[in-house]
Amino acid sequence: MYDYSNFDADFVHSRVAEFRGQVERRLDGSLTEDEFKPLRLMNGLYLQLHAYMLRIAVPYGTLKSRQMRQLAYIADTWDKGYGHFTTRQNIQFNWPKLKDVPDILEALADVEMHAIQTSGNCIRNVTADHFAGAAADEIEDPRPTAELIRQWSTDHPEFAYLPRKFKVAVTGSPNDRAVTKAHDIGLRMVRNEAGEPGYEVVIGGGLGRTPMIGKVVRDFLPKADLLAYLEAILQVYNLSGRRDNKYKARIKILVHETGLEELREQIEANFERQSRLLPDVDPAIVARIEASFAEPEWDTREAPAPVLEAGLKSFVDTNVTAHKQPNYAIVSVSIKPIGGTPGDATSAQMRALADLAEKYSHDELRISHEQNVILPHVHRADIPAVYAALREAGLATANIGLVSDIIACPGMDYCALATARSIPIAQQISEVFSDLDAQRDIGPLKIKISGCINACGHHHVGHIGILGLDRAGVENYQITLGGDGTETATIGERTGHGFAYDEIVPAVERLIETYLEIRETAEETFLQTYRRTGADPFKTALYGEENKANAA
Amino acid sequence: MARKFLPKVATGNHLLEGDVVYFTAQGGWTRLHEEAAVAETPEAADALLAQASAFPQEIVGVYLADAELTEEGPQPVHFREAFRTRGPSNYFHGKQAEL
Repeated sequence: MYDYSNFDADFVHSRVAEFRGQVERRLDGSLTEDEFKPLRLMNGLYLQLHAYMLRIAVPYGTLKSRQMRQLAYIADTWDKGYGHFTTRQNIQFNWPKLKDVPDILEALADVEMHAIQTSGNCIRNVTADHFAGAAADEIEDPRPTAELIRQWSTDHPEFAYLPRKFKVAVTGSPNDRAVTKAHDIGLRMVRNEAGEPGYEVVIGGGLGRTPMIGKVVRDFLPKADLLAYLEAILQVYNLSGRRDNKYKARIKILVHETGLEELREQIEANFERQSRLLPDVDPAIVARIEASFAEPEWDTREAPAPVLEAGLKSFVDTNVTAHKQPNYAIVSVSIKPIGGTPGDATSAQMRALADLAEKYSHDELRISHEQNVILPHVHRADIPAVYAALREAGLATANIGLVSDIIACPGMDYCALATARSIPIAQQISEVFSDLDAQRDIGPLKIKISGCINACGHHHVGHIGILGLDRAGVENYQITLGGDGTETATIGERTGHGFAYDEIVPAVERLIETYLEIRETAEETFLQTYRRTGADPFKTALYGEENKANAA
Repeated sequence: MARKFLPKVATGNHLLEGDVVYFTAQGGWTRLHEEAAVAETPEAADALLAQASAFPQEIVGVYLADAELTEEGPQPVHFREAFRTRGPSNYFHGKQAEL
């Protein structure tokens, strides 16, 4: 994993000192709220519905045990004993006091973490495949690329005031677990005909009020050209991206309004200039970064024969994924207990995960955009011990990828932007489908819930997406179907009018019952069934045969 | 047709704590919605907002919210404001635990 240099440490600590001074000046009246607000947002500090919220970056979702323990310490010392892992591989604390935030940032800096660029119109925390460096299907570990982008983009003077926030995701696998097509820039590692590694570059994806799937702007970009090409894209966007309307200020609108071909010409012409001005990425820097992501020293024990008791077998079937080392496995830890809040982990659970990572996963943890925690390198012989420890910590729910593994944004329970609640809907759905055998019978199914059109819950790419809105002062929930956030990314289709708070969970039940009735085989997934049949039978389930035509 | 005027309370967040607070008839701040001062005319609402906005070193994000008059004092009209009076649904945190 990446080790910060002295330069990095000095930089982060100096930013903490700078913010401490800004807080002091806000409290003594030297700064007004209007002057202070952009400064606190630059350090990830929002004022939400009931309290402040601090959003902390977990770059490309990678954590060491001591960093996870420090997050637990922060939760206990300055918050309410838990943290919330988000769909952008960040962690949020929901109850910090303004006067304590500099101390929290200091505690983060002590373990090479920060909250820089987790807000504002800048290049945000770079995300990546949560199985990076471990996945059996990987072309290359995407984290050195993500780290290079992090170093390039942090405090980049030219891109500190973009038209809007800008999100970059990287995957090293053809199976896209990073939702790259829903990002401003998605980078997919590929090989050219000569077998050389490079990137397919996708631009203009995004969810929110105008959801769009990104378009390929470059089929193959040599690795050495990465930063010059990113500079070229960002410069075109910075110059031409709309600033007259914040809702139209994302690069997806620029792609849509300008047209991909014309925009590509502009980017390529800019890249020509950039590649003359900028040297290739310094091979020494790349080598240093890659070395810091060197593979762990693998344990050469043979994996034992699988003798599995029922609970462990269920856990292995759903929460364990093939590793590139045959004797190892990737263990996904569900932060979605039945009836729980998606993505919330207590400080005790964080410490338990840190202990497990230290003992069984080469000191590595990952945070997934699906709000779960990953132990990326677990020797297969250790899986029973890991499972037992997870059970003790209340973290052994065997529901990864199933109906109760729901993404939900904080919604109106916390977020000042939300227009309806998300969390109670997720809790109710998971309770309705609490039986894990029934969940396995339903099979892979992604339900994603957002409490407003900003779509932090990724509802547009949920197989079943739920969008909470305010309709005349009442919570109302719209359903979209058929969304997909993988390499076959699709925006879900809206079914029709929304449902009241007490109607939405029964509506979801009807959708799933319909799927179970009409699927051709037990192996046909919800998404496959939807793609085969179209929306018609599902609309009938939601609105009745007579009303479905008028549902919209 | 002009929308019917609803009574208003002035609300914001405490600068240091972040808590939701309401402006009182005594010119101070309370964490209890039912203790909020109520403006029953548009003119009174403008005056209430002006008074409540005069504490930039203590309270931020001040705005007017619709309220319903009851024997127990003003109650929120919109569900968002109702959530702000108590705290989140998923934990017994915030005002529902602290007051």
